[in-house]
Order: sequence, then C-alpha cells, then structure tokens
Amino acid sequence: MIRFRDVRFSYDDSFAMCVDEFSVEAGGQVAIYGPSGSGKTTLLNLVAGILVPDSGNVQVGPHAVSSLSDARRRYFRANHVGHVFQRFELIEYLSVLDNILHTYRISELVLTDDVRARAESLAERLDISKHLKKYPGALSQGELQRVAICRALLAKPSVILADEPTANLDAKNKTLILDLLLDESREQGAALLMVTHDHSLLDRFETTVDFSLLTGAGNG
Amino acid sequence: MDSLYIALCYLRFYKFRTIILLVCTSVILILPVALNLILTDSQRILMQRAETTPLIVGSKGSSLDLAMSALYFTEKSASDLEYLAVDELQATGLANAIPLYVKFNARGFPIVGTTEAYLDLRDHRVVAGERSLDLGQCLVGAEVAKSLGLKPGDSLVSSPEQIFDIAGVYPLKMEVAGILAPTFSADDEAIIVSLETSWIIAGLFHGHEDLEVADASVKVNHDKGALGSKLVLYSQVTGANRDSFHAHGDAAAMPVSAVVLVPDSDKSSAILQGRYLTQENPYLIIRPTEVVDRLMNSIFRFKVLLDTVVLSSALAAVLALILVFTLSIRLRQRELATNFKIGCSRMATVRMLAGEILLVLIGATLIAALVWAVIRANVGNLLGFFIQL
Repeated sequence: MIRFRDVRFSYDDSFAMCVDEFSVEAGGQVAIYGPSGSGKTTLLNLVAGILVPDSGNVQVGPHAVSSLSDARRRYFRANHVGHVFQRFELIEYLSVLDNILHTYRISELVLTDDVRARAESLAERLDISKHLKKYPGALSQGELQRVAICRALLAKPSVILADEPTANLDAKNKTLILDLLLDESREQGAALLMVTHDHSLLDRFETTVDFSLLTGAGNG
Repeated sequence: MDSLYIALCYLRFYKFRTIILLVCTSVILILPVALNLILTDSQRILMQRAETTPLIVGSKGSSLDLAMSALYFTEKSASDLEYLAVDELQATGLANAIPLYVKFNARGFPIVGTTEAYLDLRDHRVVAGERSLDLGQCLVGAEVAKSLGLKPGDSLVSSPEQIFDIAGVYPLKMEVAGILAPTFSADDEAIIVSLETSWIIAGLFHGHEDLEVADASVKVNHDKGALGSKLVLYSQVTGANRDSFHAHGDAAAMPVSAVVLVPDSDKSSAILQGRYLTQENPYLIIRPTEVVDRLMNSIFRFKVLLDTVVLSSALAAVLALILVFTLSIRLRQRELATNFKIGCSRMATVRMLAGEILLVLIGATLIAALVWAVIRANVGNLLGFFIQL
C-alpha cells in the first residue's frame, strides 16, 4: 500500500533523511515513534505528497506520489489521504461543520447530501455534534482534535496519517481518538500511519517502528 | 459557489475588517459620482428657478447675494430698496414689478413679504385652505407645513430678530390661511405673507387701540402724538382690529429687499437692462440665469481641481486596499498552507481570494448605490443647506 524505496530528502543543508525501504500494507496500523526533530512529520508529508523526495520513490497504492505533478498530488491528497495534523490546522472563520466539509469545498471532491450525512454521523460518533455551528475558537483542545479527525476521515481515505493526534489530550480523549482512528482504519481498510511520543499507546498497534532505526542517518 | 461561500464566511467572521473595507471601497466609488451628481443636479435646480425669474432689481452690491436672496430667500443681501423703486419700475410699463421683502423668519423658516403677483409668477396653488394674503395671514410652503405640523386656521408667530431687543421688532401672531402645494423649490420652505404684514413684523406698520376710547393715562401728550406705556399695541391682526393698522410716514419709503421684474417681452427686458445698467443708477439689475451660469462656471472650474484631488485620493485608497489584501494574504499563510496540505487546488485558492474581493466590491457598490439614491433624492435639501451657508 505505502512503499518507500531509496528515498532521500533534505531541507537545504540542515536536515537530511534517508529511508531505504519502508512499507505498510493496506489496512495496516503502524505507530512510528522517535526523538523530536528526527523527521517523523517529514515522513508523513512525503506519503501525502506535501513534500517531494530529492530521490527515490514513494508509492501509495497505484499512485507514484513522488512522480506526480503538483496538481495531481493535490488531487491525490484530497481523494486518498486523511491527514490529522499535530496542531489541528482548522480554519478559524469556518464553523465546525464547515471545517469538516472544507476539503470538499476546496478540492475537486463533490459535496453531496450523503457526504453531509456522513459528516454529521462522524461528529455524532466523536461527540461533537452539539458544536457543529460553533467556531473553533470556542472549542477545547480535545474537541478541536476531534473536529480535525472528522475532517480527515470524511472522504473515506485509503491512507490515514496522524501526527501526534493525542498530544496534549487527557486520558479519556486519548482513548476516544485512538479508538476512532483504529476503528476507522479497520472498517475502511485504510492504512493508518501514526506518529506518537506516547509509548503507552504503542501496544494498541500491530506494528511499531522506531524512526531512528528506520532512517539510520537521520540527524534531527 | 463553494469559493464564494468560504469567502462570505471569511468576511462575515471578520466583521469589523469587512465593514472598514466596505466603507473605504464605497467611498472610493461614490465620491466622484456623488460630486458630479450634486453639481449637475444643483446646476439644473438653480437654473430651473433662475429661468422662471426673468430679472431682479436690488440695491447695488453683490449680484450673487441679490440673486440668492430673491431666489432662495437668504438673508445675505445688500441694503433695502424703498418701495418707491417698485412704483418706478411698474411705471415704466415694460414689466410687472413684484416686490419681495425677506428679513424675518418664523421658527427657522424665512418670511417672504410679497404680493399676489408672486403667487401667480410661481404658479402657486393651495392644497388646503385659501390662497389669501390678507393682512396678518400667511401661506406656508409644503415643507414648512410638514415640519411644523401646520394646517389652515393655525397660528404661527414670527421670531424676534434678537431676544433682548425690547425696543425692536415684536413677534406677530399670523393666521395660516393656506398650505401651498409642493413645488420642490425654495418656496416649499417659505412663509409667504403680504408686503404689509412683513412691514408689521418690521415694526413699520402697527395697530393699537383707539386713542379716543383709551384710558386717559395713555394719552401723555396727545397734542404732540406722544403716547404712554399703557397703550395696547396689537400683536395679532383680527377682524376687529384690522382697520386700526396703519403706518406713520411715507408709504413710498417702506423697505423691500428686491424686486422681481417680469418684462412684457424680450425687447422690454433689453430696454430695462439698458436703462438700469448705467453707473448713475442707484439700482442693480441682474438676469438670474447669467448669475447662476457664472456661479456654476466658477464651481466647475473648481471642480476640475476637486476631481484631481478626489481621483488622487481614490488612487491612494485603491493602493491602500491592495496593500490590505496583500497583507491579509500574508497573514493567512498558515490557512493557505493548511488548504494546500488537505488538497486545495491552486484555482480554488485564487477563486476564494477573488471571491472575497468580488463580495467586497458588490457590497460596496450596493452601499454606493444606496448613498447615490439618497443624495439624488435630497439634492434639493443639500443645495438649500449650502445656499444658507
């Protein structure tokens, strides 16, 4: 499903990352842990096509992400990737419901009544349905994270990328969010790739990866 | 549509910023248009009234002040003429002379002393009451009646020239004889009375109780015409005291502010102008259309300068708006980056930002159109305000 082969990526001269071989099967649930600044977020961005490797190949399903044009990568992200960002990345001037539907409004995805119904259903499941008309500024950290997850899962992505989605959350919210991500991945057969610092969550995943071993030369 | 929806959400969320943008943009749009509208409509209104007033005669001085005083009843006029001038002008047989005496006001509206001929000249008819200019009565313009809530039979008291002038003009309580139909001119805001009534207000005509039947104490020195303080002067003309009103002195020396001349023909007009244009003549004769034309020419010359200033300001404001939008895009880098990360196409970003500009422009255009309509409907009032200034 996700396959990295001989991937080299660098930010100017200050950061370099090499992944010789890394793969996740469809429906696979992988937790990646490692020191801060080692490039875990970069790895997720390479999967999503937000970043393009200097060399090597990133393949997601039938898509050779690293070879796609900018426009195709954008389309690929909207269609196939559900990305939960570390800092939620919600739009402050849109209501919770509009934030959840946002990907549909700014991409080539078609916003139908079924999509709206699924958005409301996801919100119900994550216990944020009473906040749908509120703005993000009026929500707690846990609620914001749940909104971000709803947005990521709405398009039934084949790849779910979660960048420390449980950071700064209390135990109850951590469990709720992790359960949802794992369930959704299982139900949709989507690959789940989650970056975390929280080692207590690792035993919930079928595969865990120490990022420093994966990259070898990662210099953080 | 989605892009417009997101743009609308953005503008709605940042209300204060949006209002400022709307106001700035609408000001840029409306300023040159409104200026042009006010000037062209003012010219039309001024010219319309000037054209129905063939000639005006007044004391020597400013022709503009004379025209404004006779056409718009402003108080800025040179010294008064004597009524003798009206007789002289009438005696030429070349024109109908209509005197105007504009000196006083009642509750902020000018009192215009004149004759029935003025009502005919302006084609005035009444919508209520009678078209009567009997002594002590008044006809009120449509706007006066509306503002003061007057109807026929009501009373209206003239305002004293100054509160502490106890030896000066006393207020006269006038009876409203009729309400004039609206003419959308300065007459709508005027109180029209007979010349004699205006002289009563000036203290030049008065009525008092019969000296023969009055208490002896009022007759201090009857032989010399001196009267005591107990003599009752009438402050209202009634059926019972109407006959007692009189003037002391020569009627020909009574004041008038201006005389409107309606010549029989163009030839008569030319003769009158030639006759009164000489240096030795104590009067000033003007053609209001020429005065208004000169005034508008001066204003339009000034307008060229004003247009330059307005356009420069508009250009500066447009640049400021571009700066605001550019800065706004910079401030929204994180939001745009989020959109990019979740798959926003470049076109969608462009559509969103263009949508915001489009909505601001539409909103500003609507506001500008509303302001334009308000100005258009009130050009006459604005003009009246500026004339009074």
